[in-house]
Amino acid sequence: MKLTELTLTQLRDGLRQGSITSVEATQAMLARIVDVDNDIRSYLTITDEMALEQAASADARRAQGEDTPLLGVPIAVKDIIATQGVPTTAGSKILDGFIPPYDAFVVDQLKAAGAVILGKTNTDEFAMGSSTENSAFVTTSNPWDTERVPGGSSGGSAAAVAARLAFAALGTDTGGSVRQPASFCGVVGLRPTYGRMSRWGVVAFASSLDQVGPFGRTVADCTALFQATAGYDRRDSTSLDVPVPDFEAVLTGDIRGLRVGVPKEYFISGIEPEVEAAVRAAIAQMEQLGAEIVEISLPHTRYALPVYYLIAPAEASANLARYDGIRYGPRVDGENMIESVKRTRSLFGPEVKRRIMLGTYALSTGYYDEYYGRALKVRTLIKQDFVEAFKQVDIIATPTSPTTAFKIGDRADDPLGMYLADIFTLSLNLSAGCGLSLPCGFDSQGLPIGLQLIGDTLQEAKILNAAHAYEQSTAWHQQLPLTGAS
Amino acid sequence: MSLTLADVEKIADLARLELTDEEKSQYRKQLSAILDYAAVLDELDLTDVVPTAHAVTRRNIMREDVMEPSLPIEDVLHNAPQEAQDQFLIQAVLD
Repeated sequence: MKLTELTLTQLRDGLRQGSITSVEATQAMLARIVDVDNDIRSYLTITDEMALEQAASADARRAQGEDTPLLGVPIAVKDIIATQGVPTTAGSKILDGFIPPYDAFVVDQLKAAGAVILGKTNTDEFAMGSSTENSAFVTTSNPWDTERVPGGSSGGSAAAVAARLAFAALGTDTGGSVRQPASFCGVVGLRPTYGRMSRWGVVAFASSLDQVGPFGRTVADCTALFQATAGYDRRDSTSLDVPVPDFEAVLTGDIRGLRVGVPKEYFISGIEPEVEAAVRAAIAQMEQLGAEIVEISLPHTRYALPVYYLIAPAEASANLARYDGIRYGPRVDGENMIESVKRTRSLFGPEVKRRIMLGTYALSTGYYDEYYGRALKVRTLIKQDFVEAFKQVDIIATPTSPTTAFKIGDRADDPLGMYLADIFTLSLNLSAGCGLSLPCGFDSQGLPIGLQLIGDTLQEAKILNAAHAYEQSTAWHQQLPLTGAS
Repeated sequence: MSLTLADVEKIADLARLELTDEEKSQYRKQLSAILDYAAVLDELDLTDVVPTAHAVTRRNIMREDVMEPSLPIEDVLHNAPQEAQDQFLIQAVLD
């Protein structure tokens, strides 16, 4: 088997046994990136020199008897997460050339765990999008069909993991931006409970919804990266000061007696029949494995999309006020200060401007109660739906997205159509739970289908183990896209 | 909900965005459509429903009031479009 086809856990075993060095694994990945990433365009920046230094250092440390959780494992990081000395653009021209003076907490954690950082992956501008087409720099292709989108906004990270251009990757999930691209690219992506991951050093989009999340080719790989990056950080006042369990130890594969809720509101018209069939088959498979299937209701599901598209833009309009060309980023001069700020802000792309406009309106005098205020109240009802559901069940199973990956350009001029790609993932961000997506089949065009498992607050262990149990009883995760196969 | 061009111009000014005529006309249509979509929330009775601003609420997160190292000036100014005398340089804001 080629080095680049190893899973993260297989690589880690090889590094521990001494049959592989980190320099070999890193060189193999960097070579494959050169060969293949012209077609996929998953990376915005490749930090090859730094990666090889980190790899050599990891090998030296291992030779001294050290062993940290990701020692020598090459990882990719979404370009919305600050990396000291390495450009961080958030996919926006307004941060073109920005070089962060410090690392995000999760990058600190990666480095402390001994990981090798291969580079920064493409994203929709400020994580606003579902296809990476809103990146100001490049559109990433889906490794399963390069004419299709990889999903978004963490499409670069999902595509890099699917195409074996990184052993795992970090993304962020504000409305589904880890789970939806994981579904489109046939990999595993986790959105942890809000507060489980520090947002320190993560470019802010919607602060009450943003959360960092890991991608892996398998549930075990995703769990290993999650384990290494989760944890309390006092610099993020919304970070939860709670113990991080040993998640890798809970992957027993035993789900006998687990109560799995299936919400009827998630099987609606508009869902592709092949997606529904694959998800229903996966739920039946979990029943075979000993889970108890319970039909449940999340009655306010249909309101999640409008609520999200009022709250997220409102928060974004406030967060993005900081881009004024004064302290960082390019500046476009005008006749006076205000004109300069306005011209500089013309560097935002169309979707970002659209959301700033929408958010500004929803917060403006006379409309606050009607839009933002109302949305916050409905958010309470959506959150309450989950509280009620988790009185009956341990986890919830749904499709991740109503469709498989769509063609590049298909929804580019249709904001509402694009927003619908996240219709099954948004509710979670508005509530206090956690969720993941994992492969559960392919449609007739060979495109991956994702199963979403949702857990209660801080119950990542339950969804990870359920996902692991299902995955180990199937072979979906063993199928690889043909990208660059030669 | 149908926004007028004047509405769009007012919002753009509040948000400090300079829009082309084409953008104004496009956003007028698109934002109106999105706000129409949001009107579905009107069908809910929200009397007595408390708003949720955050998924997981923590209150009064404090730390000891002690000095901690901050970034060196050169790191802080490294990304500045213009700087002078260890400060960010901007256009005059007062005549």
